[in-house]
Amino acid sequence: MLTKRIIPCLDIKDGRTVKGTNFVNLRDAGDPVALAAIYAEQGADELVFLDITATVDERKTLIELVRNVAHTINIPFTVGGGISSVADVSALLNAGADKISINSSAVRNPDLVNQLALEFGSQCIVVAIDTRWIAMDENASRFEHIVHTHGGRKPTALRTIAWAREVEDRGAGEILLTSMDTDGTKAGFALDLTAQISGTANIPVIASGGAGSMDHFVDVFTTGKADAGLAASIFHFKEIEIPALKNYLQEKGIEMRL
Amino acid sequence: MKTVIIKYNAGNVQSVMYALERLGATYLLTDDEAEIRSADKVIFPGVGEASTAMAYLRERGLDTLIPSLKQPVLGTCVGMQLMCRYSEENNTTCMGIFDIDVRRFPTHRGDGQPGFKVPHTGWNSIHQLKGPLAEGISENAYVYFVHSYAAEVCSDTTAICDYVRPFSAMLHRDNFYAAQFHAEISGDVGQRILENFLKL
Repeated sequence: MLTKRIIPCLDIKDGRTVKGTNFVNLRDAGDPVALAAIYAEQGADELVFLDITATVDERKTLIELVRNVAHTINIPFTVGGGISSVADVSALLNAGADKISINSSAVRNPDLVNQLALEFGSQCIVVAIDTRWIAMDENASRFEHIVHTHGGRKPTALRTIAWAREVEDRGAGEILLTSMDTDGTKAGFALDLTAQISGTANIPVIASGGAGSMDHFVDVFTTGKADAGLAASIFHFKEIEIPALKNYLQEKGIEMRL
Repeated sequence: MKTVIIKYNAGNVQSVMYALERLGATYLLTDDEAEIRSADKVIFPGVGEASTAMAYLRERGLDTLIPSLKQPVLGTCVGMQLMCRYSEENNTTCMGIFDIDVRRFPTHRGDGQPGFKVPHTGWNSIHQLKGPLAEGISENAYVYFVHSYAAEVCSDTTAICDYVRPFSAMLHRDNFYAAQFHAEISGDVGQRILENFLKL
């Protein structure tokens, strides 16, 4: 049976992990390759690397990092952050990334999704969507889920559910949905929105933002209908350990790769 | 030992190359007939679309070269599909090494229930394992899939996976082996399968 996936996310700056970790057996806490190897060993199903600066100068560092990661681990990984062209994607895939993720550049230029799907195949094109529930008028009488860019700071004119459907139609192979409302709260994933998108999409949806307990993962896979759950700091600081999480989910009747 | 990865227009093979390096194998990425014929092992990878890939193979005569090879050949993902008789993907006649057709997954089960997404993406279990590539692999081991088309189950099937319906996760006939999943990123299980192939 196809399993649900558990995906740790590593934020990268200058080729280093930024948020810090609590792995005592990691001699260099900022070394993403060593951290990736530990997660792969622990049973992470996939990894996501988000380059949070991604200026032109830092690109070469990122490519080098991707090459090292691909050499070291034997599970799939996605690279995102600052990708805006066919050439960017080509460089990352050639370095060994299995998938790439685009966010703001897809909002700016939706045709990029079609171009990338055509050039490289949908299977390696993830569209990341950062969303926020915001008031649509001054009286705050009407709220909508709206796509945001720039790390969730800048609202766009796009409605989240319609945008998710559009990127699927344009050839995205997967959606990485991050709720900026729940991100960092540890109060649980945005279940309703995730279910609305994942329940109707014909491509997998990775839910992100808000994981604080093992039961939050149970919820996102059952109520939220997500195909994968992504989290960062709770894994990095060992608030939740992946083997324990996967065993717990399996006990709850959720198919896991153990 | 000389391992050759067949070079053609079917996408990214970087992770296959890294996987071989992790196993300490040396390899050559080439489309040269003499190099391919003289190899001890041939890997025929593939990511992409079937008709474009077949057209390219025909242009270079690789469509007749590959079926004539005598050493162990391993086709993966789209490579496996191209070794079958026919693919529904753009109505493509393939090489016919395996006497079976490749069909697209229906998006829904047909009973109106959502839940089957296409492409089939992620870790799924394989069962009814047979043959030398499955040596040391336990029933219901998990491997990583990303595909929208799959070969039906037939007498050459050496591993079955269930998604919407049972399909061939691995095939074997004579010196030809094939895997629908990406062994190169399927953790220790995938690594063992590649190792088993290199040891043939």
